[in-house]
Amino acid sequence: MSTATTSRTAARLDELAGTGRAALVGYLPVGFPDVARSVEAVTTMVDAGVDVVEIGVPYTDPVMDGPVIQRAAEAALAAGARVRDVLTVVEAVAEHSGGTVPALVMSYYNPVLRYGVEAFARDLAAAGGAGMITPDLIPDEAAEWSAAADELGLDKVYLVAPSSTAERLHLTARASRGFVYAASTMGVTGTRESVGLAAEELVTATRSAGADHVCVGLGVSTGEQAAEVGRYADGVIVGSALVRTLLSDDPWTDRLDALGRVTGELAAGVARARTTGGDS
Amino acid sequence: MPEQPEQPVRDALTETLADQVAEKLADVHGPYFGQFGGRYVPEALIAALDELEAEFRKAQGDPGFAAELSRLHRDYTGRPSPLTEVPRFAAHIAGPGDDGAAPVRVFLKREDLNHTGSHKINNVLGQALLVKRMGKTRVIAETGAGQHGVATATAAALLGLECVVYMGEEDTRRQALNVARMELLGATVVPVTVGTRTLKDAINEALRDWVTNVDHTHYLLGTVTGPHPFPEMVREFHRIIGEEAREQMLERVGRLPDVVAACVGGGSNALGLFNAFLDDDGVALYGFEAGGEGIESGRHAARFSGGAPGVLHGARSYLLQDDDGQTRPSHSVSAGLDYPSVGPAHSWLHDIGRAAYEPVTDAEAMEAFQLLCRTEGIIPAIESAHALAGVLRVGRRIVEDGGSDQVLLVNLSGRGDKDVATAARWFGLLDGDATEGDQ
Ligand SMILES: Cc1ncc(COP(=O)(O)O)c(C=O)c1O
Repeated sequence: MSTATTSRTAARLDELAGTGRAALVGYLPVGFPDVARSVEAVTTMVDAGVDVVEIGVPYTDPVMDGPVIQRAAEAALAAGARVRDVLTVVEAVAEHSGGTVPALVMSYYNPVLRYGVEAFARDLAAAGGAGMITPDLIPDEAAEWSAAADELGLDKVYLVAPSSTAERLHLTARASRGFVYAASTMGVTGTRESVGLAAEELVTATRSAGADHVCVGLGVSTGEQAAEVGRYADGVIVGSALVRTLLSDDPWTDRLDALGRVTGELAAGVARARTTGGDS
Repeated sequence: MPEQPEQPVRDALTETLADQVAEKLADVHGPYFGQFGGRYVPEALIAALDELEAEFRKAQGDPGFAAELSRLHRDYTGRPSPLTEVPRFAAHIAGPGDDGAAPVRVFLKREDLNHTGSHKINNVLGQALLVKRMGKTRVIAETGAGQHGVATATAAALLGLECVVYMGEEDTRRQALNVARMELLGATVVPVTVGTRTLKDAINEALRDWVTNVDHTHYLLGTVTGPHPFPEMVREFHRIIGEEAREQMLERVGRLPDVVAACVGGGSNALGLFNAFLDDDGVALYGFEAGGEGIESGRHAARFSGGAPGVLHGARSYLLQDDDGQTRPSHSVSAGLDYPSVGPAHSWLHDIGRAAYEPVTDAEAMEAFQLLCRTEGIIPAIESAHALAGVLRVGRRIVEDGGSDQVLLVNLSGRGDKDVATAARWFGLLDGDATEGDQ
């Protein structure tokens, strides 16, 4: 990742590392339960201690997502969420945080392809977005996105998995900018009892393959898990556990409270990770 | 002969040939077919796709593999499947001319007579043998009409593999008989209750299962869609359809057919048949996709008439989608054609003009379904009835244009046992059940 210095996300991760901790990366989908309230939810998450945000584009066929995120995406689409709405949320994050919190879009490829890859990259950059995470786009297929992102200095966050070979780790580390997203286990998004050992091994292997920054996602839901992952990863990515707080039938303000509370617990977990664990 | 665009076709075709460095269209291989195909999947699956491709290439070079598959084709499936001429059906295209000879002869490639009732078994046996070679113990599959699920459950029983089949809840109702068949064969059928509850959502669930269990599980994909190597591999396992048919035509009429036609869901039966004729310029190829209630109704599965290139389930291909790239639900009386995308090789054949794709409505398909039942004593799958309706249309066009002495070959991809309830409802044969069909 020779161009990592130009990445705002990487800079943020370095800055946090300097203060002795990993970043908390929080995911929420745009448009759930509607666009205006998804903006409220994202800013609530930022105020409660998220360092980097991931804003999901709801998609009809989210093969990397478990039931929680599927339900939110389905509801968002039913409520009329559009791809361009993600830019509204990106803008809101930039404004709300005074540009200190990088906003990454997480999107399956077809909505971006349909929008126009170059046009999407341009509009994302104009909205103040940091880049994009692409769960179903591997570097091998990403020539068009990669060229557009390079031109605009946007982050290209690709995934690696416990099944990735050393060769693929090299390829992905080389192609990524911002960080490499390490999937903690083989599976889809969702909360899990524990984050397996495979995650730490994968982070180590991805770093050996040349990645400067590696964040871990899939299955982190508690402060304790965040503390565990925060010991060795540059960032702890949480999705389903946050989305779940918004899926209840409680009044909206109560749901926002729950979101803030869970975010706070995760942030506290990340904050204590390297003090109690005695790890580097 | 029906007209095909002449000059631009050859240009695009030569370009593609240069791109692919393939000698013949029939041998073009993945990951790309022109601009289509690829591997648009989570990284977690790449290792399994690489392993599958490596095993497949090894098997291709292994005479032992070919011998074992041939033995199963012959002793288990009942191949070669017969070629049946259907003159009483063909008479509905045009009666005999002045000389007393029929201007159009129609032949059916009888994949309906295969064990389990459709062409699907060809691919399933091939992949199941690969599963054994890879040492995996569990197979999962998606199914729409239930034919691929039944074939997979069958092969799993035969080879001692655990089998889980994902099926949209909507389809488990439409094809209840096939659910029971899969369960009788020892498979677990999981109704999918998310999204549109049809085939596309069954594939989503199968992909989620695969990502989670890929170390011991093979995803036995049922058609020429999905990430590389599936489109190429599944074509290879079905190319026997066209190879047999070509030989049978030469033997029976002493020449190649003028028209070769098939229905196109994902596109496996069509590609299997087309493949043997791709490099015969004189043979016109037609794929018939589900026109549902008509293109203008928006309720159809006509990817070429009503879709645009995009990415779904791992491949770039023509796709029913809205302005935001969200997948639009497909509709068809036939569960097996009710899918919003299509195999990338078909998108390529479409764009280079080598094959023509036309929609056939539910009503046209059901009319042809009934016609084959009554004229030839063969109850076709409703999927295959789309090809029959298409060939009636193409045949009539040929005759109108003054054509004579034409030979039309149609893939009868499956038998209609599974569709008896749907057809009975359509034709109002069930007590007190008003038909949805005679609108
Ligand atoms: C009998 C029959 N024909 C055709 C199809 C469509 O699939 P494909 O286009 O892959 O041949 C199906 C799918 O279920 C089927 O059961």
